[in-house]
Amino acid sequence: MSDPETPAPGPTVARAKDKSAWNWLLFVPIVVPLITPLFNNDSPRLFGFPTFYWLQLLFIVLGVSTTTVVYQMTKKRR
Amino acid sequence: MGDHVTEIVIFSVLFLLVSGMGFVAARWRAPNDMAHLDEWGLGGRSFGGWITWFLVGGDLYTAYTFVAVPALLFGAGAAGFFAVPYTIIIYPLVFLVLVRLWSVSHRHGFVTPADFVRSRFQSPTLALLIAITGIVATMPYIALQLVGIEAVLKTMGVTGDSAIARHLPIIIAFAILAAYTYQSGLRAPALIAFVKDTLIYIVILVAIIYLPYKLGGWGSIFDAADAKFDASPNPNDGILLTAANQWQYITLALGSALALFLYPHSLTGVLASKNRDVIKRNMSALPAYSLLLGLIALLGFMAIAAGVKPLPGAKEGSVDSNTVVPLLFDQQFPSWFTGIAFAAIGIGALVPAAIMSIAAANLFTRNIYKEYLKRDASPAQEANVSKITSLVVKVGAVACIVFLDPQFSIDLQLIGGVIILQTLPAVALGIYTRWFHRGGLIAGWVAGMGLGTWMLYQVPNAATGRAHFGGSAFSLDKFGFDTKTTVYVGLVAVAVNLAVAALATLALRAGKVPDGGDDTVQDDYFADEGDPRVSVPAQPTSTDPDLDPAPSPKV
Repeated sequence: MSDPETPAPGPTVARAKDKSAWNWLLFVPIVVPLITPLFNNDSPRLFGFPTFYWLQLLFIVLGVSTTTVVYQMTKKRR
Repeated sequence: MGDHVTEIVIFSVLFLLVSGMGFVAARWRAPNDMAHLDEWGLGGRSFGGWITWFLVGGDLYTAYTFVAVPALLFGAGAAGFFAVPYTIIIYPLVFLVLVRLWSVSHRHGFVTPADFVRSRFQSPTLALLIAITGIVATMPYIALQLVGIEAVLKTMGVTGDSAIARHLPIIIAFAILAAYTYQSGLRAPALIAFVKDTLIYIVILVAIIYLPYKLGGWGSIFDAADAKFDASPNPNDGILLTAANQWQYITLALGSALALFLYPHSLTGVLASKNRDVIKRNMSALPAYSLLLGLIALLGFMAIAAGVKPLPGAKEGSVDSNTVVPLLFDQQFPSWFTGIAFAAIGIGALVPAAIMSIAAANLFTRNIYKEYLKRDASPAQEANVSKITSLVVKVGAVACIVFLDPQFSIDLQLIGGVIILQTLPAVALGIYTRWFHRGGLIAGWVAGMGLGTWMLYQVPNAATGRAHFGGSAFSLDKFGFDTKTTVYVGLVAVAVNLAVAALATLALRAGKVPDGGDDTVQDDYFADEGDPRVSVPAQPTSTDPDLDPAPSPKV
């Protein structure tokens, strides 16, 4: 941008900052799907799916629940 | 092509239908003044939960993904399933990082990641590098969408003898796409994404219920795949990971996730949403697509169980493994349903291709045209330049497919993922810290690009008999380690990039080399919709409440 605006330091409004201990929870669905020894097995099978496949599909649910919890816990109270 | 008439007719009808939607989209949620880059390129920055879900979903899960991921499982087994962890870890990452980028972009009117870098580090040079990296990485990605359509056309038997006749359907499809993107901007893919995803969900739901039933159940599908890999001479395939490719699996999943949200087109979808809550809620809802992708990936094993033989490739003796999913559908489904499935893949290519060309055009306009060619460009001129650039980008993508070996686009896409990762220190870390010296970031970028390209050059591919650019799995023994372990090139390159950027920062600080200032303040990273200091001038004047019920349902 040729004309970058410099926002005047206005009054610091009480704003929900991103800093929240809940955010650390988001590292769970980032790290767990990367631990291959956890799921690199054929048995037990579930509906014919080897563990490798059904457990990783289950991690999707893990991801959804963590992001949902963190969102609910960190959103602005209105 | 006589026995494919039903498929071709259904494919064409659906294709024309969405093309019509693309043109009408210009009037959907229309602003008073379309001649502004925020309107054409970001849909007025006004999209709510549902539109964002379809738009970002349609953007990240491309036709090529739907064709190539199952092809990977078909060929190599478990290693191809990396797409699932990859699309799981991307959402928490976006939740943490891109929400802040949305805020600062909203406050300052940024349209591209390079805009942000320009202000954050006050360095037009660094911004130019980021913009060029983005454009170079996106171009082959657009070309790859054509590979997805081509796999479908090939299966339907729509091929000619000469190069022009063979590519004519694709040229026509892309000409239509170019025309409505030119007219409607980001609104076109946003509207079409509804149709695309509905079709894909229907096709996949039917496929995962009907095909296992026909093929003897999931257990026997996995057993058929296991038997195939046991019989193959390749030691690294199989329905589980081997000792040698586990690290490749981990680093590829992580590296791809980091790369994906650095791609300019992902950012376009995120910036088009109207507030922080829309993005955060979407990070919980978008994994529905990951489930879809995981199931689509397994189509590769179904193709093994069904005994699908891929069609021959462009070169003598090679096979085009991208045709396995279209062939599976063609072989197992009644032809009317195959037509719908093919249309889903074809339309699936249009949405991301449109968003990517818009993202690349925005980069050119904001960070090259406005920075170096015409500093006082008005918003209307910016929108106009972007529209024309989006046409040029698409012509380039078609030329890639028509005149070059499609394999070349696949190689470029491979390189694209590695090079876009090199913008991580400036863009993703830049959102959190201004610690890096702008010169240090440039040095890191150069190091990461150099190393990444060299490593890719060293990777052979046994299956195609190529000595270079054979994949992204780099064997660590090339570094002198005594191991068979392979890792993803991009992650190694970005680690070196970071190390160099950090060391150079220390050196430049020690040498008292002037570092630019910072046009952003801490508070900018938390701004939300309705912030009094937000500099976005164009607000939509009419919204369609039926299509965007806000707030969208909680997930």
